[in-house]
Amino acid sequence: MNLETIAIILGGLTIGSALMVIISKHPVRSVLYLVLTFFMISANYILMNAQFIAIVNIIVYAGAIMVLFLFVLMLLNLSRENEPKSSIMVKLGAVIAGGTLFTVFIAALKDGVAVAATTATDADSIGLVENLGHLLFTKYVLPFEVSSVLFIAAMVGAVLLAKREKQIIE
Amino acid sequence: METSELIEKFIVIVVLFTVSLGVAAYATYFERKVAAWFQDRIGPDRAGPFGILQPLADGGKLFFKEDFIPEKAEKWLFILGPGIAMFVALMTGCVIPWSTAMEFGQSVVELQVADVNIGILFIMGFLSIGVYGIMIGGWASNNKFALFGAIRASSQMISYELAMGICVITIVMMTGSLSLKDIVVHQHGFWADGYFTWNVFKQPLAFLVFFVCALAETNRAPFDLPECESELIGGYHTEYGSMKMGFYLFAEYTSMFISSAVIAVLFFGGFNFPGMDNFEGNTLALLGVGAMFAKTFFFIFVFMWIRWTIPRFRFDQLMHLGWKKLIPISLINMLVTGLVIAYLEGWFN
Repeated sequence: MNLETIAIILGGLTIGSALMVIISKHPVRSVLYLVLTFFMISANYILMNAQFIAIVNIIVYAGAIMVLFLFVLMLLNLSRENEPKSSIMVKLGAVIAGGTLFTVFIAALKDGVAVAATTATDADSIGLVENLGHLLFTKYVLPFEVSSVLFIAAMVGAVLLAKREKQIIE
Repeated sequence: METSELIEKFIVIVVLFTVSLGVAAYATYFERKVAAWFQDRIGPDRAGPFGILQPLADGGKLFFKEDFIPEKAEKWLFILGPGIAMFVALMTGCVIPWSTAMEFGQSVVELQVADVNIGILFIMGFLSIGVYGIMIGGWASNNKFALFGAIRASSQMISYELAMGICVITIVMMTGSLSLKDIVVHQHGFWADGYFTWNVFKQPLAFLVFFVCALAETNRAPFDLPECESELIGGYHTEYGSMKMGFYLFAEYTSMFISSAVIAVLFFGGFNFPGMDNFEGNTLALLGVGAMFAKTFFFIFVFMWIRWTIPRFRFDQLMHLGWKKLIPISLINMLVTGLVIAYLEGWFN
């Protein structure tokens, strides 16, 4: 089996699991399909020899963010009976908005060249940790540091919110 | 990849799989023996001489019990939960280097399933996936005690993963590689340049924090709040019976085995042992396997030792320890390590 066949099968599985996220009736199942989708995306990264990005994608998205999503959904314990019913106008609006976005994506990507999956032996690949680290600390050092400041700000904000709630209780 | 290489890898995988399951099965026996020893009892001694057939008897019992699924449970997720727990526990073993390469005539067999260049991150990734097995199982049971157990498990694992990751970063900084093989080779022998080569002597604080986090990640006492029987009946596996329950217990013992192996690799030199330069070839490889397993079994024993000595933490104490003690300690440790490395590289001259 050559790489192109694998890429096509993997692409199909990725899109399939992504579709299942929106088709599933139960929110918890949606989240689980979303986790599966992240795994599929990671598999695509590995096919492009970007092992570091693949595993970080799993650790950060599947391992941390989705666990928090699942956490909230399980605590809310939504079920089909008490799900808020949305009116027909809202549904129509969602269809139009989604369709517009879809058209924009198609328009943007239709002229794009399909990048063939690189072979797994490509040592210059940007996704390997040595190459990525080198680029982040030389060429892209300013954006990298600026985004870390952004993260610090978000963390301080979260701590502040948690603290304030505690004071109100006291 | 050639056919011979595929067969070679297949054999390594099958051996690793069998050994993991075997160690996990006999860890249950030794847990009971160790507990008996600490409590001045005899422990299991009916099945076979010294009770060594006890794990087989337990396994047989679990297999032949009725496979029950509660009526209000989410059927497929209920089945998926223990499966994920077991899968994750077994997968992490494949990046651990068990010894140096062995030679059989022409072919060289690496005693490691895959030497990926992100080895340690692979393990961290699968650890973070491990929480899904517990969460899905706990939620799908449709039981409030199971849900409480699942929520406790996930918050505990997320919290302790952070401190664990920071400790791993200090080791990676010292080695300059994420590959577990490189980390082991970096700790070659036992004594070099007037100091120990093993990371535990260079990073005692990181080892301590990592060990505490490993206890929490495997849900072992004193951090076994997710299955705390005095408050939650049985925690996330309250509704489980038969081999599904067996999978959860087995996954716990397998991950105990794997985390002991990871501790041995990261901090205690893996397959390195004092005086290893006097041997070579297959003898060195076999002695390396012996050294690796001796260290691993020692840590499994320490896990049990702690379980039968220290009482369980309260949940707020657990969170306090994780977020306000271990994370600051490991952050400061990382900073100091960075400064020392920079000094040794001559950045301040």
